[in-house]
This record gives sequence, C-alpha cells and structure tokens, in this order.
Amino acid sequence: MNGAGPIVDVKQLTVDFATGGGASVRAVAGVDLTLKPGETLALLGESGSGKSVTLRALMRLHPKSARFGGSVNVDGRDILAMPAGDLARYRGKIVSMIFQDPGLALDPVYRVGDQIAEAVMRHEGISRAEARKRALGLFERVRIPSPDRRLDNYPHEMSGGMRQRAMIALALACRPKVLLADEPTTALDATVQIQVLLLLRELQRELGLAVIFVTHDIGVAVEVADRIAVMYGGRIVETGPCADVIRNAAHPYTLGLLASRTGHGAAKGSRLVTIPGSPPDLTNLPPGCSFSPRCPRAIEACRQIVPPLVVTGPGHAAACIRVDAASVALSA
Amino acid sequence: MLGYIVKRIIYVTPVALGVSVVCFLLVHLAPGDPLTSVLPIDATAEQQAQMRAIYGFDRPLIVQYGLWLWKVLHADLGNSIASGRPVLSEVSRAVVNSLILAAVATLIGFTFGSLFGFVAGYFRNSPLDKAASALSVFGVSVPHYWLGMVLVIVFSVQLNWLPATGAGPGGSDHWRPDAEHLRYIILPAITMSVIPMGIIARTVRALVADILAQEFVQALRAKGLSEWGVFKHVVRNAAPTALAVMGLQLGYLLGGSILIETVFSWPGTGFLLNAAIFQRDLPLLQGTILVLAMFFVVLNLIVDVLQTALDPRIQRG
Repeated sequence: MNGAGPIVDVKQLTVDFATGGGASVRAVAGVDLTLKPGETLALLGESGSGKSVTLRALMRLHPKSARFGGSVNVDGRDILAMPAGDLARYRGKIVSMIFQDPGLALDPVYRVGDQIAEAVMRHEGISRAEARKRALGLFERVRIPSPDRRLDNYPHEMSGGMRQRAMIALALACRPKVLLADEPTTALDATVQIQVLLLLRELQRELGLAVIFVTHDIGVAVEVADRIAVMYGGRIVETGPCADVIRNAAHPYTLGLLASRTGHGAAKGSRLVTIPGSPPDLTNLPPGCSFSPRCPRAIEACRQIVPPLVVTGPGHAAACIRVDAASVALSA
Repeated sequence: MLGYIVKRIIYVTPVALGVSVVCFLLVHLAPGDPLTSVLPIDATAEQQAQMRAIYGFDRPLIVQYGLWLWKVLHADLGNSIASGRPVLSEVSRAVVNSLILAAVATLIGFTFGSLFGFVAGYFRNSPLDKAASALSVFGVSVPHYWLGMVLVIVFSVQLNWLPATGAGPGGSDHWRPDAEHLRYIILPAITMSVIPMGIIARTVRALVADILAQEFVQALRAKGLSEWGVFKHVVRNAAPTALAVMGLQLGYLLGGSILIETVFSWPGTGFLLNAAIFQRDLPLLQGTILVLAMFFVVLNLIVDVLQTALDPRIQRG
C-alpha cells in the first residue's frame, strides 16, 4: 500500500528518560530517518550516542519512564500512538529485532524451537505442529546443522554463533517487513561475525527486508549497508550512501571515526589514532554542536547554534557549519 | 534423567547412615538413665541391672548401635517405654498428622507468598509493593506461637467460630478431609503458614524483579507476546528457585512445629517429640528424630530431582 514510498519514516524523534526528581535525560534529540523497502541502513555511533534508543523506538521497546516526541511511522502505522494491544500484535509481525547477545536474549529455560514456535503461534494462530515445521524450515534457512535435533536444544547447549543464527531464525519467523539488528555481531568471535554478517546480507536480499543495523564498527557498516547514518549525542550528524560517506566524509566526527580505524596495515608500535576527549554527557550537553568540545575545526559559531544538516552531495548531508573546512582537511 | 535419579539415590545412602549415627548418639549424650523414669524409685540395684540387660543398655555403644540399626532396617523401631506400643505405629500416625498440617500450611504459605511476591516484584516501589513487603516482614518476624494464641483468643474464645485444640471432634487423632476435621486444621495451619508465606514472598519478589530486568524479557516483548505471555515465561523462570524454597520450608515445618503443635494440641511429631522428651522415652525419641531426619534427606532429594527437571541448566553430572 506504500508503493515506492518509505516503509519506515521517522520525523523529529525525541526520546526522554525520567531520571527521578523530575529531571530527565534526552537520549535522542530530533532524529529524521527514512527507509525504503529492501534497503539497509547502518546506524553508526559510539555508546550513548542514541542509536539503540532510536532503534527501539521503532517498536516502542522502552521502560515506562520514556517520553517520546515527533513521529514514527512504520508500514503506514503511527507507532507512537498505538494502543498496547495493537503494539503487541505489530511487534515481531511487521518489525522484528535481533539482539546483541543471544545468550541473554533467549529465555534460558525454554527450548529454542519452542521459543520460535511460540512467536509463530502468537501471530498466525496456527497449530503447534505447524509452527514447529516452520521453525525447522527457518533453522535450515539460517544453516544450523542437524536442525531437527537442534530445535530441542536449550540456549545454553548451543555455541554463540549458533545461538545468533537461532535468534535470526526467531526474528524472521513471522516474515516481518522490517528487521532491526542491534549490534548483532558484537558479542561474537571475529570468524563467526563474518559468517553471521554474510548470512544476514543474504537473507536481506532474498527476502527483500528493510534492515536497520546498529553498530559501532565502520567495517561492519560498510559490509552490510546501502546507507549510513552517523549518530552523535542523540542526533544524526551525517547521513548518505555507504560508499560516499566513507570516501567523502564531511563531518569531523565521521572523519575522526574513519581515521581511528585500525587497518591491517597499521605498523606495530605506531600510535593508534583516537578522537580526543570522551563522549558527551547527555544530562549536560554543551551548547550548540555537541561535538564542538572535541572538534579540531570548532569555531565560536559552533558553540552558538545546533548545526542543521547541510547537503554535501546526492543524498549526502552533514550537520556541520564547517563542512568546507572539514572537506579541505580530508583532501589535504 | 533416570540415571541421574538413580545416582542421586545412591549418593543419599552415606548421608542416611550418618544421620542414623547422629540420631543414635544424640540421645546417649543426654545425662541420666532412660530406665529411671520407668522403674519405681525404690528399685534395687539388681532390678536395675536386670532391666538394663533386658533393654540391652549394658552392652558397648557400638553393639547397641549395630543392633538398633539392624532392627531399623527391618522397620522395627522398638516399643515405646511409656506406652509399650510399637514406636513405628506411634510415629507414623504422628507423621501423617504433621504432614497434613505442614502440607496445608505450606500450600497456604506458597499460594499467598507467591501472590504477594509476584505483585511486589511486578509493581516494585509502588504502594502495593510496600504493603506486600510489610506483610512478609510481619510474617517472618512475628513469633508464631504468640500468633497462634492470639488467633485462639479471637476466633475460638471470643467469636467461638473455630475449635481451639485437637485434630478433630472428640479428641480424634486420625485426621480426615471432612468438614468437621477441616474446621480443626484452619487455625494451626494459618498460624504455621505465616513464616513460609513471608519467606516465599520475599524470595519471589527478588526473583521476579531480577527476571524482569533481564534482556530476554525485552526480547519476548519484541516478538509480540502479550503481557500474559511474558508473565508465563517469568513464572517458568522463577519456578525452580521458588519450589526449592517451598520444599525446604515444608521440611522445616515438619520438624519445627513443636511449639505450634503444643499450642494447638495437634497430635503430630512435634507433640510426640515433646512427650517423649518429658517422659524420657528413649526408643520413641530416637525413632521420631530418625524419621524426621530421613524426611529432610528424602525431601532434599525430591527437590533436587524436581529442580533438574525444571531448569535444564543444572547439570545432570
């Protein structure tokens, strides 16, 4: 019913958490996001940048103390206005989620196969036997060896990589349109990471899923994403097509992230490049651009106003009033 | 699973043997001679020696223990010195009465304890939580024999709703599940349920709070389960620990009910133990203690096996 329109449309999203005593923290401060069916977006940022909170807003998966502003539309539904019952029917059916650590996200005392069947039965009202058949098919799809036996495993009887495959199977169980992945490879070994990433990319293409992929690892983002949105201090500071953002990064924070990557070519003993300073304290954000205290290009004006997103190329924008200076720095 | 159960039962054997030694020696640690209470005060030394020989008290301890254990293994706990009846029948009747009382009390305690615990855990820091927590603190701290007396004063003496003592009409000591006997069990069972209720409520509250804070609960919501669906997972996760605590409480109630059984003249093991101690009835005392101790051993075994069945992470090693 949306045609070529976006399946995810987030406008000026704000999320505040009450911290007691009437005070609150603004974890997300005005985020705009759109996602077309079949598209993969990587949300890139460090801890506390608001990327996971933004992701969870698409399911309203927050503690009761959270207050939302702006609008979140998914598949034509207004998520922020949804009553609880509709929300439960929507979660897992239209949008589903892969968690960072499947060892924590699967119920330890239920068999993995039953946990998948439970979701299918909940959303499609089919029999247990049918649901189990579906779970078996999913296990084959995510290439879990001897799937029939593995369905009866408890989570602790599986390896980390296999658990994450099971988690992916669970997320795909009800054929959702949008898949949210919250650092799905962070808790895994490097070799297993690659396998899981490749599997996710393959499934995304086969099923035509729209995927939002939260990560702090640029390498992972490049591997899976069509577009990248870089978050800092609860705002998107740069967004654009994946290759373009990597090649022509415009925001000094993105440039810093790129520079601090440890390539395989890094000489032993050479100093690692870092961004000076530490991530901002959300309860006490600096005025103006929140990156300004750590930014090598910051001028007085940066501390006055919150910079708007400025178009720097086709589909590419950065929230920096010193865009030109930053670009110069890159080419220099 | 079957292999695990067999292995657990084999492990129990040395524990049971140790328990029997302690039971046997415990009674011999007490000063005085068990026969002094049955013999007339003016019995001659010769008569005393004769009596001692009849009961076997003149032999070395190790031989006494061996003979006693041999008889125990053949389900013979000897005869009560005071009443002359077989200890086994006395104890088993008392055990049944105590078991009924303890089971009813645990059931009441577990039901209300779980209810309060779940409410408190789900609505943490709300007035409901505060009220439930206050009730459970009251439960674990109030002296239960005092509570028993207060209940008797209010419901038996003043309101005259329920009988104050005994297990049934006309001094019946065979409890049956009929309306008349049911009236007799209400007050002692409620009195006894207060401690397990408090302990289970506090345990369940902590369990529920801990489970709700875990990531898999968020994942359950993310896959679209209703609050009721999530609740079922929480119950299943809390069950192994809650059941273990309930099992232990049942065990404590079986042995630790001397005060309540005395207050309500309930013809159970506590009452029997009390009588055996005061009458210096050695075989009865030994038999009762042994049966109670074995109950703990078996109860622990059952709880262990149940827990393994409920929580697959407990290794069947």
